[in-house]
Amino acid sequence: MLKNLLYSTQNFLRGLQDLTLFSARMVAAAFRPPIYWRDVYEQTYFAGVGSLPVVLISAFFAGQALALQFARQLAENGSTTLLGTLMTIAVVRALGPDLTGLVVASRLASGYTAEIGSMKSSYQIDALTAFGTDPVAKLAAPRLIGLVITLPILTFVGNAVMLVGGAIMAKYVAHTSLSLYWSQVRSAMVYGTVLIGTLKPLVFAFIITFVSCWKGFRSSGGTRGVGRATTESVVIASVLVLIFDFVLTRVVFAVLGW
Amino acid sequence: MGGSAPGASGAVRLAPEEAPGGNAIVFDGVTYAIGGRTILEDVSFGVAAGCIKVIMGPSGIGKSTILRLILGLIRPQRGRVLVLGKDVARISGEERSDLRQRIGMVFQNGALFDSLTVGENVGYSLLDHGHLRLDEVERRARYYLELVGLDADRLLDALPDELSVGMQRRVAIARALASNQPAIMLYDEPTTGLDPASVETITDIIVRLRQEMKVTGIVVTHEIPHALKVGNRFLFLYDRRVAFEGSSEDLAESTIPELAEFLLPFKISVANAFHSFSAEGNGQ
Repeated sequence: MLKNLLYSTQNFLRGLQDLTLFSARMVAAAFRPPIYWRDVYEQTYFAGVGSLPVVLISAFFAGQALALQFARQLAENGSTTLLGTLMTIAVVRALGPDLTGLVVASRLASGYTAEIGSMKSSYQIDALTAFGTDPVAKLAAPRLIGLVITLPILTFVGNAVMLVGGAIMAKYVAHTSLSLYWSQVRSAMVYGTVLIGTLKPLVFAFIITFVSCWKGFRSSGGTRGVGRATTESVVIASVLVLIFDFVLTRVVFAVLGW
Repeated sequence: MGGSAPGASGAVRLAPEEAPGGNAIVFDGVTYAIGGRTILEDVSFGVAAGCIKVIMGPSGIGKSTILRLILGLIRPQRGRVLVLGKDVARISGEERSDLRQRIGMVFQNGALFDSLTVGENVGYSLLDHGHLRLDEVERRARYYLELVGLDADRLLDALPDELSVGMQRRVAIARALASNQPAIMLYDEPTTGLDPASVETITDIIVRLRQEMKVTGIVVTHEIPHALKVGNRFLFLYDRRVAFEGSSEDLAESTIPELAEFLLPFKISVANAFHSFSAEGNGQ
């Protein structure tokens, strides 16, 4: 029992060390020539435009669901006029980055791991190395750059759509005026709220690409191994997104003295 | 061999320091283990510049490991691997990258980049490392595809999975050749799983590369008839070590039991090869 626990801990620490070193290599490759701009463009397009429909749909309905909950609760206390403020805080600080991060993690982490893992199992990564190409610079760094650019943008768009969903609920369920709702949204959009809302997607972009590319490069055992790595990649990336959501909130609150 | 390679200069010539003792590749007491299992133990041999050495042996004996050691994809625990006079494990990453660009590798399953077209695959190295215009890359890709007997007009824009396995293997050879006309070619089971006509075509390509361009090579295979046609020298791996090294005559006369057992299904081929080599004066 104790032996198993020690073995698992050792494996976990070894994996963590490997992930850390791999992530450092990815970041270095993203800033050091050669930068594969064509791949950066393709990955940015794939991550951004490809994820947009699913982010828009999720955000639209999640925003309305959240606003509906708030509207019912606020109506009981006769304070439905606060809906805009509550929506802004909940969406921009928490639900927006989390939902977008999780939706993008499930879509891209699986795609990245599966693609890189398949390339590894068919020796295409060895072939890249044999041609004198650094596979991390060619495959991982463009994905990192692409997601660091697109995830904050997707989050801003998702936030906006959620707030529009909230506006619909404000008008038709809470029966408050739209001008009041939007003026509250503007008032609640203070520096700290925007800071948290911007910082989170940036960190999530790093987490998603670090984990998914690392899992792809380290996958083994043929198609079955690639499948297992893909599942693990989505699970680890999603859990880390939620853990870092809490950590970042605590850190920003501490920094701002909230 | 149908005209000269665009941007290339005919036969490969190595500087004296690139072939110490006349060998373009030297294994000096190499031991390699992974996961507590020793794959190669105290393996030593050389590959003379301009010659092709065939590495034979049962499956899983470490034949492909030798190629991976040459490329520096893995490092030996003991010993040295000298490629073009450089110790692969001890040079800087940049030097290793430069060295790899002088080595063409044909992987066991072709390992073509499946998201790129055939033309992009063949021109990959030129696009990645060269500073050539696209039309020049395309011209060279066409040349090398024609060189391996493929119809460039028809295949240039095709994706690898639209091709037969034999054609994929030929594209892989064209891709390896297009990388700055390599001084060394490594072939990992180049004919495994192919129909007899494709085996014949690929064998012919490897022989022509050796004879006309003097490309040093290593062919890893367990297909003896093919091995006997392409190789000058032969090496048999058994139980982690080099059990045999010599010419086709030595191969025919060898009394090593493991080698005799390995060659048994092919003994007619070995005898024929010995006679044909004897008649040609071992035709090097």
